[in-house]
Amino acid sequence: MRWTEMERGLKIESYREAFGRALLELGAKNDRVVVLDADVADSTRTALFAKHFPERFVSVGVSEQDLVGMAAGFAISSWLPVASTLSIFLLRAWEQVRNTVARDRLNIKFVATHAGLSDFADGSSHQSVEDIALMRTVPNMSVVVPADAASTRSLLIQATETSGPFHIRIGKDYAPTVYVDDEPSIGKAFCLREGEDVTLVACGVMVSFALEAAKHLQKKGVDAGVLDVHTIKPLDTGAIIKAAQTTGRIVTLEEHSKIGGLGGAVSEILCENHPAPVKRIGTEDCFGRSSRRYLPLLEHLGLGVSNIVAAAEELASGT
Amino acid sequence: MSIFTEIGEADGAPIFSIRLSQAEVEGFTRLLTRSLNRNQILILSELRRPSSSITSILAQISEKSTIPLSTLKLNARILRDLKLITYGSGSKTPRLTEVGGLVLKMLEQDIKEIPNPVIGLSEQLAERSVHLKKTVERMIGEAGSGHLGPSLSCLDMLLTTYATRIRVRDDVLILSKGHAAPALYAVLAEVGIIPMEELDTLRSLDSRLQGHPETIVPGVALSTGSLGQGLSVGNGIALASKLSNRRRRVYVVVGDGELDEGQIWEAAMTAAQYVLDNVTVIVDRNGFQHNGPTQEVKRKDPLKEKWEAFGWEVEEIDGHDFQQILRALDDADQADRPFAVIARTSRTGSNSH
Repeated sequence: MRWTEMERGLKIESYREAFGRALLELGAKNDRVVVLDADVADSTRTALFAKHFPERFVSVGVSEQDLVGMAAGFAISSWLPVASTLSIFLLRAWEQVRNTVARDRLNIKFVATHAGLSDFADGSSHQSVEDIALMRTVPNMSVVVPADAASTRSLLIQATETSGPFHIRIGKDYAPTVYVDDEPSIGKAFCLREGEDVTLVACGVMVSFALEAAKHLQKKGVDAGVLDVHTIKPLDTGAIIKAAQTTGRIVTLEEHSKIGGLGGAVSEILCENHPAPVKRIGTEDCFGRSSRRYLPLLEHLGLGVSNIVAAAEELASGT
Repeated sequence: MSIFTEIGEADGAPIFSIRLSQAEVEGFTRLLTRSLNRNQILILSELRRPSSSITSILAQISEKSTIPLSTLKLNARILRDLKLITYGSGSKTPRLTEVGGLVLKMLEQDIKEIPNPVIGLSEQLAERSVHLKKTVERMIGEAGSGHLGPSLSCLDMLLTTYATRIRVRDDVLILSKGHAAPALYAVLAEVGIIPMEELDTLRSLDSRLQGHPETIVPGVALSTGSLGQGLSVGNGIALASKLSNRRRRVYVVVGDGELDEGQIWEAAMTAAQYVLDNVTVIVDRNGFQHNGPTQEVKRKDPLKEKWEAFGWEVEEIDGHDFQQILRALDDADQADRPFAVIARTSRTGSNSH
């Protein structure tokens, strides 16, 4: 299958545009919402909020550690801070997130944009394939990876209605539509497709690839289920164990390192509760690189639909 | 009996005369010396017989007293806002208003003989401090580990700020140099926020008193321990207070070694950018960091100029002299910019030897 063919059949929206609009909606609804930025307002689309609510927009310059600390001050003062920067640069302040925010369970929503390989052209310095692993290991943190534009909006709004620190990780602009009528709930994996033979457990942009792969697998006689695990922490362990019980085979898909992310989390749960064969699709233990287009980069790193189909077929044909 | 006696009427309004006993005069004088700071009193007395413009009068005072001109200008503005003095722009001669003249008269009712209330308070604090330093030594001894020197060096500032600010106003203190936790706990007990008996549980498994402060302890505003992070949070609280129209001052106590952390300077710039005049940093300048003297590990000087270059008003004090600490906190209250107190301190808890 060719990427261009896949693109033709899908409605493509933008994660960050959806985030920017959702912030505007939040700002209008709740006058305690304050947005903090580290000199990337145009890139993260928080500029839209800044334009409408300039008095509640705090720019700290290119200072990610200061960004996290300022957000903490607002949270301590009972405001509802949303702090946003590029995912990899938020990680620069990971220790601040751990020590200043998470230990005191401060009510801050971090929205990390340009996650995974979505900043394809800028190269490995701007790509982020480690954040899920780093953030989910921190006590008190919730980690959310929305699949598409609509769920970016709804999961962000739900996160603001849930107390405590959140790492919400979104890509840049390539967000194929997954949810039309349904709305996922934080903490509950969403079954997008029932299957008998194998379950594709995915998060983020990989959810749409999983749905695409399931169609191809169907033609090959493999009945694949698709589970959107948008909340990586707290993990919906019940849904994952149930998937392993139903299909007996799991493929995990994430735009993240194979080490420590969704694949790691799913394996941890299954090892102790319902051992089953698992194949993890994610970046190998390596950095990304520049590409002029997004989808060829994903394919180059083994995250293409063809990789998913091959992994699922291999699992399904095993005994 | 009222001190105001109605003695007549003019244009339908009563005219009062004020008759005061000596005790009442003294009471008034005390009240006024509490309300006005030394700089303001100095300006008032210099304006008794004004001869030139406000700018040149203040410049003369500054030269004589070594008080920065900017501080005097600010205080002159405050006096004008209080309608105690009047002056216009340019060369117009400033003068005391009628009320200003009255205030000055009351202040000078043998002002030298009336005890300065600040002295009484600082003596009380000094007395408690001796006791608390012994307590901190005992706590760390009991616990078997802990940072004694850095606790003793900042204890006097913590005590003064908690006793005269945090306890009586809506203010917040962040101990960014969290390794001074024993001093913070001792002060929290001293001002009655936690029980004195709890102090000896420091660092034990069933105690709230962690090796570095955590918010499970009442009176602790932020869990700290990792250096360099407190000022950003303090700025956040200060800016949030401004957005909420809440009068609230934030004190952030940092170590001089801690100034090696880049985040401090990120935050210093942010405070200046947002003109956070409700933020006060207290630098515990004890001259040592983990590996040795700050001069050898990573030089901080010229420290005053660094903070000034970042847009802060700076006052250097002896961090074990309670009169100086109290005055610095008063000056911080009136700053129109973020305010840094650089406190020369010693890890023994005293500069006097």
